[in-house]
Amino acid sequence: MNVTRKAAGRRPYVRPMGGWWKRDPFFVRYMVREGTAVAVLAYALVLCVGLVRLAQGEAAWNGFVDALRTPWSLLLHAVLLVSFFVHAKSWFEIMPKTMPMMFVRGERLAASAVTRTGWAAAAAASIVMLGLAAWGVAS
Amino acid sequence: MNRRSNAPVFWLLFGAGGMLSALLGTAMVYLSGIAAPLGLPPAAGLLDHARMLAFAQHGLGKGFLFVTVSLFAWHAVHRIFHSLHDLGVHNGAVAKVACYGTAAGVTVVAGAALLAVGW
Repeated sequence: MNVTRKAAGRRPYVRPMGGWWKRDPFFVRYMVREGTAVAVLAYALVLCVGLVRLAQGEAAWNGFVDALRTPWSLLLHAVLLVSFFVHAKSWFEIMPKTMPMMFVRGERLAASAVTRTGWAAAAAASIVMLGLAAWGVAS
Repeated sequence: MNRRSNAPVFWLLFGAGGMLSALLGTAMVYLSGIAAPLGLPPAAGLLDHARMLAFAQHGLGKGFLFVTVSLFAWHAVHRIFHSLHDLGVHNGAVAKVACYGTAAGVTVVAGAALLAVGW
């Protein structure tokens, strides 16, 4: 690219693209949505470390739990919690565009119906998770 | 020679991990990262060693942990890989190996740890 430009003896205008996503609120929302992937990876790594510590025995595991109690860990998990919520919200907002079209009685299923169904499923799954945790602690 | 693309495999892992993390992730982060460490309901005592060991040794608990941890990782790296281009990083072989290699590493380490805790 540079070689051709030099050979041609000209420097054509190239539109600067640095920070392009800050130009439009739509792009900012896009980057925030894609950014939740960093939180998902961070949480997977935290859980993976926890599994390794669990395999190493009780003392190692208790050290991991102590680490979870530190302010930095709690702050990290607060950020992760918000990120996962944003991910869940946006995942089902995009879903009407990523899934095959569905037709009910000859009419295309509305995007809002898909999104609301997804949110309801996520809410139900969350309640089941919390319920299972309560049952696990009680038993 | 008609070489098949490996893209659908990564996309499937991305989709499955995205769906699972959207459905369960928020509650999981609250339970393991906030409620259990602070002793808040419904997770006070959830991370006691005996309880977590029994959970990881049970077939269902083992399967749940393996599937969530590995699929979360595959979802995240696929998304990060495709966002790198938006940030001006070339999606070349280096980026691809770094991203998918991370997920493969998480999968192997989590699987090995879950085998090591026994049944």
